[in-house]
Amino acid sequence: MSEMGFYGYSRSNNRPGIRNYVGIFSAVTCANQLTQNIANKVDNCVSFTHSHGCGQVKSDLKIVEKVLINLINNPNIGAAIIVGIGCEGVQVSNIYRKCRSMGKPLDYVVLMDESGYKNALDIGIKKAQRLADEIKKQEKVWQPLSELLVGIKCGASDTTSGLISNPLVGHTVDLLIDRGASVVFGEVTEFIGAENYLAKRCKTQKIKQKLMEAVENIEKRIIDTGEDIRGGQPSEGNIRGGITTLEEKSLGAINKSGSRKISDFLQYGDRVSIKGLIAMDYPGREPEALTGAAAAGAQLIIFTTGLGAPQGFPFVPIIKVTGNKNTSLKLKTHIDYYEKFLSGNNEFKEGANKLLKKIINIANGEKSKSEELSFYEPTNIWVKGPVI
Amino acid sequence: MREIVVLDVKDNVATTLEDLNPGELVCFKSGNRKIEITVLNKINYGHKFAIMEIKKGQSIIKYGEIIGTATSNINIGEHVHIHNVIGNRARSVN
Repeated sequence: MSEMGFYGYSRSNNRPGIRNYVGIFSAVTCANQLTQNIANKVDNCVSFTHSHGCGQVKSDLKIVEKVLINLINNPNIGAAIIVGIGCEGVQVSNIYRKCRSMGKPLDYVVLMDESGYKNALDIGIKKAQRLADEIKKQEKVWQPLSELLVGIKCGASDTTSGLISNPLVGHTVDLLIDRGASVVFGEVTEFIGAENYLAKRCKTQKIKQKLMEAVENIEKRIIDTGEDIRGGQPSEGNIRGGITTLEEKSLGAINKSGSRKISDFLQYGDRVSIKGLIAMDYPGREPEALTGAAAAGAQLIIFTTGLGAPQGFPFVPIIKVTGNKNTSLKLKTHIDYYEKFLSGNNEFKEGANKLLKKIINIANGEKSKSEELSFYEPTNIWVKGPVI
Repeated sequence: MREIVVLDVKDNVATTLEDLNPGELVCFKSGNRKIEITVLNKINYGHKFAIMEIKKGQSIIKYGEIIGTATSNINIGEHVHIHNVIGNRARSVN
């Protein structure tokens, strides 16, 4: 087996980037507009905005700070500007200080330190331009496939998801893991009903315990709102569509994680620092889930869909995979890879190898459909407590 | 060949991606094994039918994993759904 790889941007003490953006990061929801307007004015800039960073319990502010730091640490970010208005709970200076060891060109803009919004915008644009010029000089070098961390997600699922696209991605995940690459998956609400299947794939008792706790926690949080997620599952619509039990529904979703052992279970937005298959406590909804995978350090994300979900992420290419022929034709501007119906399970091997090739092409710089669409908004961070 | 999926060689059910009619003889693959079965009921898109005889109390296997338990004897080619299967894990926590 010849060694597979791709050309990427080397980072110190980190995986290589497959893209090289200046990221403009909003520290707080009130700085979102300033953040976006800076990014819109400078080439090769992307923005990350969210609805948090102030008026929250301390533990949530800590999550927001951690996620922002880990997003800035994402390998696809070559340089970053942190943007605040000055009175936020998540302090720009703290993030700036904690990011300095990454070795990336960094800067910040705080609106109240400048003479008004327009002035802060002008200063931000100048700073972004300087960083963009600075990272332009960086060149791609060959990187082994084992340097890749791939995120996994599904959305707008239909009958074909559990039967074609998810199993196909599961086979592709196995190929990636066997070749030394790493994969992060989450969507813990989908674990409910299939916990035992995942539990027996955990490498250690401790990992298993963390995974089961996360499932219990999300279930408790849902029950606290007066709902029981198991009560109405599978839904009437699922049953009409042929799904008989919750186990069947959950297995259809989580088989996209493949069959290999789970090497760790991380909290939301933690950075993946080991190799292998990693489970993370991220929810199913796109703006929060994709952020979780990006904060983990994923350079690209594979996203299965039945109906043709359009979501992208500002600095992580997303590869959309479907097994629905109608969707692949009707929404061909959304779909990167269509797998036609398969008879027997052997043919997934052929499809998985093709999808792996697609992953390598996108890692090498080919634009994914989500990048062509530039459909990135909104992004968000998953927190636990109330807005105060 | 009809568009019928068997996801794992251990599975005792197949899922169809086309509507099938009662009495229809269908041909498809499970791994490398070719299977020919006469379906006994109308099986709609996305629904399952048995590819092995399943006795009451036996497990229903899909994805190579247990997805529920048969609540009656199920013949080869018979529709497998909520009328003859119960989930093992869909329980209320409180």
